[in-house]
Order: sequence, then C-alpha cells, then structure tokens
Amino acid sequence: MRFAFEPSALRRTGWQEYTSRFVFGGIVTVVAGLIADRFGAGIGGLFLAFPAIFPASASLIQKHEKERKERAGESGTRRGRAAAGVDAAGAAIGSTGLAVFAAIVWTLLPRFPLARTLAIGIVCWGATAVLAWIVHRKTSRFLRRRFAAKHPPPVTADSESIRRNG
Amino acid sequence: MMEFIARFLIGGFVVSCFAILGDMLQPKSFAGLTSAAPSIALATISLTVAKSGRLYAATEARSMILGAAAFLVYAWIVCTILMRRKWFVVATAYLALGIWLICALALQFLILG
Repeated sequence: MRFAFEPSALRRTGWQEYTSRFVFGGIVTVVAGLIADRFGAGIGGLFLAFPAIFPASASLIQKHEKERKERAGESGTRRGRAAAGVDAAGAAIGSTGLAVFAAIVWTLLPRFPLARTLAIGIVCWGATAVLAWIVHRKTSRFLRRRFAAKHPPPVTADSESIRRNG
Repeated sequence: MMEFIARFLIGGFVVSCFAILGDMLQPKSFAGLTSAAPSIALATISLTVAKSGRLYAATEARSMILGAAAFLVYAWIVCTILMRRKWFVVATAYLALGIWLICALALQFLILG
C-alpha cells in the first residue's frame, strides 16, 4: 500500500476529540516549561521529546477502527488494538526524525537565526522519518519473502487444489 | 502568567496540527510518523530563545536527543504490547509514559551526567 492523503478522514473525528488533543498538548507544553524552569535545560530538554500526540491518537484510531468493524457486524476490539499497534510502530520509526531534528537545533541554533534553524530542522525531521519508514517497509518485505522461501507452508490437499484450479 | 497562557495556546495548536495531519494520512504506520513530530519543541523553542537565549535552547535540544531515544523505546514497547497482548489501548499508551520518563532520565544521567 502506498501512502495517501485523505482530508475526508477528518469528518470521523468529533469536536470533543479535537478539544482533548488541544488541551493535552497545551498542558504538556506548560508542564515542559515548568520543569525546565525548576530543573534546568538538561532535564527540561528531555520533555521536548515527550509523546504528546501518540496516546490520544492511538485511542482515537482504536475507537474509529472498532466502530468501523462493528458497523460491518463484527467485533472490532482486536482490529482496533492492532491498528493502534501499527500506529505505535510508525511512531517508533518516526522517533529517528525527532532525534535528527534535535541534533540539528543543538548544532545550528548557536550559529544561525532561529527561523532558519527550525525550518532546516523540520525539513530534516520529515525527510528522515519518511526515509526510515520506506527503509523499514522494504526491509521487512524482503525478510518476509526470504522467510517464506525458506519455510514454505505445508502442501495439503486443499492448498494443492487451490494452486491447480485457482 | 501570560507566558503560561502563550505556552498552553501555542502547544495545543501545534500538537493539534500534527494530530490532524496524522488523521489524514494512510496507511496507519505512515500516519504514526506524525505521532513523533517535534510538536512541543516547535511550540516552546521560540519562547525559550526569547526568554533565556539561543545557547540555553541549544542545551535543551541536546537533551531532546535523549528524549527521542526514550520515545523510540516507549513506542516499541507499546507496539509490542498491543500486538501480542490483549491490553487496553488507552491504559497501555498512558501507563507506558512512565517507561518513557524512566528511560529519558536514565539516559540523561548516564550520558550527560
């Protein structure tokens, strides 16, 4: 599956969900500032990489997938959990981009203007995250194919019949 | 007080923007990339530079690299739990934030002292 941009997906999200994300994001940002004031730049800096988006997004994805399956008359609990798990895998891959953004701000900010540093950082974040996602996808596909070639599924009467007759 | 209100509004806005971007992207693993967006950093760095200077903000960014490493551990653990165990998604995602905190602080003390 290739990546796609679907603005129509926004209709599935209610205003309460947008509000809860806004409030959670705002609270985390305020708390990060308070921690930096209290404990200094070292500890405060850690909170710039706090997972502020993921928990709310994961619960939302689970809810939407569950509702979609239940509309089709099936139990969506397992499907919803798996969808949130896949989102977490994407977040783990995206954390490489987050580290690159931080490294760029650390090295460039003392020498370059803030706006230019942030612009370079955000471009590098996006490029690194997308590249890591593509590499992960291609590598896992390659490994799956190699595993399937080394360990083919057992031939049964049914599978042989499907292979011959389609 | 005005600084906190500004932080709250800017932070909420930036986090919401990346979350909305993630909602519009497919497949789910690709949309997950926006969950690791530098939303809080983008919201606070300009305020930090205005208040404490660029060197202070750069020092914060150095620690942010360790925070990102802790994020990787957090997301990988959440992914493994959700794929293999029948745990509640919301509880797993929020309780595992403790793992992020422990991991981030441990890396900070081990590497930067």
